[in-house]
Amino acid sequence: MLIYDISRPGRRAFAQAPYREPSADSLPRRFRRQSPPRLPQVSELEVVRHYTRLSQKNFSIDTHFYPLGSCTMKYNPRGANQLAMLPQFLGRHPLAPDTHGQGVLACLYELQQELAVVTGMDEVALSVMAGAQGELAGVAMIRAYHEARGDTARTEILVPDAAHGTNPATATMCGYKVREIPTGADGDVDMAALDTALGPQTAGIMLTNPSTVGVFERRIQEIAARVHEAGGLLYYDGANLNAILGKARPGDMGFDVIHLNLHKTFSTPHGGGGPGAGAVGVNQRLLPYLPLPRVGQEKGDRYRWLTEADCPESIGRLGTFGGNIGILLRAYAYLRMLGRDGMVRVADYSTLSANYLMKRLQAEGFTVAYPERRASHEFIVSLKKEAKELGVNAMDFAKRLLDLGYHAPTTYFPLLIPEALLIEPTETESKRELDGFVEAMVRIRKEAEEDPDAVKGAPYRLPVRRLDDVRAARDLDLRWEEHS
Amino acid sequence: MPFVPHTPEEIQEMLDTIGVERLDELFDEIPSALLGAQLDAIPEGMGEMEVAQLMRARAAQDVPLTCFAGAGAYEHHIPAAVWEVTTRGEFYSAYTPYQAEASQGTLQQIYEFQTMISELTGLYAANASLYDGATALAEAVLMAVRANRKVKSKRVLIPRSVHPRYRQVVETVVTAQGIELIDAPLDDTVGRVDAEALGRFEDQPFAAVVIPQPNFFGALEEVDRLTDWAHGLGALAIGVCNPVALAVLSPPGEWGSAGVDIVCGEGQPLGIPLASGGPYFGYMATRKEHVRQLPGRVVGRTVDLDGRTGFTLTLQAREQHIRRSKATSNICTNQGLMATAATIYMALLGSEGLARVAAMCHERTRELVQRLTAIDGVERLYDGPFFHEVPLRLPRPAAEVLKQLAAHGVLGGYDLGRDYAELGSVLLVCATEMRTSAEIDHYAALLQEILHGDAAVARSSG
Repeated sequence: MLIYDISRPGRRAFAQAPYREPSADSLPRRFRRQSPPRLPQVSELEVVRHYTRLSQKNFSIDTHFYPLGSCTMKYNPRGANQLAMLPQFLGRHPLAPDTHGQGVLACLYELQQELAVVTGMDEVALSVMAGAQGELAGVAMIRAYHEARGDTARTEILVPDAAHGTNPATATMCGYKVREIPTGADGDVDMAALDTALGPQTAGIMLTNPSTVGVFERRIQEIAARVHEAGGLLYYDGANLNAILGKARPGDMGFDVIHLNLHKTFSTPHGGGGPGAGAVGVNQRLLPYLPLPRVGQEKGDRYRWLTEADCPESIGRLGTFGGNIGILLRAYAYLRMLGRDGMVRVADYSTLSANYLMKRLQAEGFTVAYPERRASHEFIVSLKKEAKELGVNAMDFAKRLLDLGYHAPTTYFPLLIPEALLIEPTETESKRELDGFVEAMVRIRKEAEEDPDAVKGAPYRLPVRRLDDVRAARDLDLRWEEHS
Repeated sequence: MPFVPHTPEEIQEMLDTIGVERLDELFDEIPSALLGAQLDAIPEGMGEMEVAQLMRARAAQDVPLTCFAGAGAYEHHIPAAVWEVTTRGEFYSAYTPYQAEASQGTLQQIYEFQTMISELTGLYAANASLYDGATALAEAVLMAVRANRKVKSKRVLIPRSVHPRYRQVVETVVTAQGIELIDAPLDDTVGRVDAEALGRFEDQPFAAVVIPQPNFFGALEEVDRLTDWAHGLGALAIGVCNPVALAVLSPPGEWGSAGVDIVCGEGQPLGIPLASGGPYFGYMATRKEHVRQLPGRVVGRTVDLDGRTGFTLTLQAREQHIRRSKATSNICTNQGLMATAATIYMALLGSEGLARVAAMCHERTRELVQRLTAIDGVERLYDGPFFHEVPLRLPRPAAEVLKQLAAHGVLGGYDLGRDYAELGSVLLVCATEMRTSAEIDHYAALLQEILHGDAAVARSSG
């Protein structure tokens, strides 16, 4: 039932619009619309009930274990939400003077400083609004660096074949050619292939560490040395920082520029797709190019937004105002609650959860992708054997897991592992949940042995069964119509 | 341990299962030189109560101002139900709806959002959101260059009446791809694109022409004429619109004889708090023929195995997780929860409510302008039609006046001289439906006093 299906002409949420009917007649007729947009005509209760019921059709962290690999679906503290929504924070206009924003600016400044410390970078800017935008800022800074040195023959960005799709897409947006580097049999970057790829055309390399196959890149210092020797710079994709937060720092590994996904590591909500926040950090080399604005501190603990006048070499602005400040305040509240010891615990216990879950699934006979390696905060189960012997693939397991009350892990990523489930349990899930997930996986395999078609038909207990994606793309239906 | 649930016994059991004695051993693949980061500069953790005390004290420093500023962010009434429902955990803490069967709530809400944006703009296909108005325009420019198959140009005409920050962001995002942005001149008497001066661009190919409505100065552009002119050159027309204004202004899909090709803008006026500038969301819609060039997520309606209606992400072959370096954009995380709030806002207001809000904004701004221009030396910069923002010339430097107003609790507008030095001392003022006549009177009295040192004069001359 769409909100449009309960709409009736003449009905309204009367309390929510100005009572008086003002006239827009003073607007010249040629600018005015001739017929009103068809928005729903519903009462306030109908709206609240409709969207409350819709929400109940979602899985979420608050309702389900959500071990989605590379997404860090951990508990989003309610306290952080409430504090970011204090009325003074919500009510402040972005162009209000800095004198009337010292509170919010102080929080942002401390967040900048502390993120720099925990990542080992020299300076952090917070205005980028998502991981992919952080990547765009980072690669644009790499470009600005080379251009400032007159080093304009560098046309390629190296990206591992297992990287998130945003990495190659970003390199293209920044005007670079993408060259893929294969992953070695042990899960680390293939060094021989790296050497072949490096050259005077190399602008930089984008790496995630721990990598998207769920292991720590052990030769990272050597990679950094070789890339730097070739004149390239190193970009750190912070998608997996949760695994090493407070333990090991990208700056110490040799990275020149990083982005963080605050909606992953710093526990701000994913909101059904966003908003996130993608802080970027740099070392001295790239400092002049950081995006604007960022918060500066002046004498007497006064704070202000830095602008073009302060940072003339900046790559520029990536949003109308200062970024997703409400999200940054949630990250700040979370960081304050964790403190330095709490950050290290994030790494400790997310890694403990992943290794425990990996060992238990292995003991139950599932195949993990890199059994000789330690898991980081996530690991890959390959269901190649089950797909071949039982005819039940990773997607079938994923859909049946939904029936059993578990959100599916990330499926079919990274592509180089067949029938992959990328599983990230996070530090906030209890042992009981992890054990329950193992039981569910074992149960599904047993069901597959007995009646594979039954598993292939899953899910059965959700609001809908498997959807016809082909039809969705072929007979495009992207909006309600009066008589559809 | 905040947010870690294990008891010591459970930790021991987990270590035993793994076959290690200590947690440290789990990190033995990390080179030892990289371990042991110095974190002394980060304070120790606190409980929720202490963090609340700290952040409440910080919030108390941010003394609220009565807001007469717009310039890209507008203070509207937000029904309580919007955020009560939006922050339900099932919306708030869900991921991107890739597992469609477990995400029907978010997916259907996006489909309804797409419908509402389509209705407001008059274009068929909306996406699920972009970061904000400025980045939405940057994406629209990239999309137009891809989608325009008639004109093989990478030049885009972007008038000076477009929000200056939008123009800066577009430049940051698109120039690495060899796209050239060309200014269109302003008509200084009415504060909009100079239609007469456009003639000199007619021998140059453009991939797209950007048309703001209302423009940064609050003025209404001659959108029909500009759209037809763009199409006459073989360029695509990109509308940039305030969505609340579209409740009363003609929809971009109907501008000129054919309507624009892409429309985008800032979604913040639709139920999103000011919050110092974000999170907001960008919206975008296009014609059916260009839908495969849209950036970002799109939801389609389909059926399940049993023939029941359901919703799913569709046209994913455009996106980075499938197409990688050939994707239409690198966007992944968007501003989903803001679009959820906007959907609920639009459902609560309806077209009648939204039109009342828009008309009330217009009326309030007329009242504000009337009161302020009654003050000696304060006059309108332009005399054309406007929506809910107006530039006013001041007899003294705007920055200085704003400072004094702020000291008295009023955010008096935006100093246009920051972006348009040639205009001199000009303040861009705005009044939404939230402003009362008493607040408008108070602003006028303060301005009178600041400019002329006498509140009484303002009353007699008004």
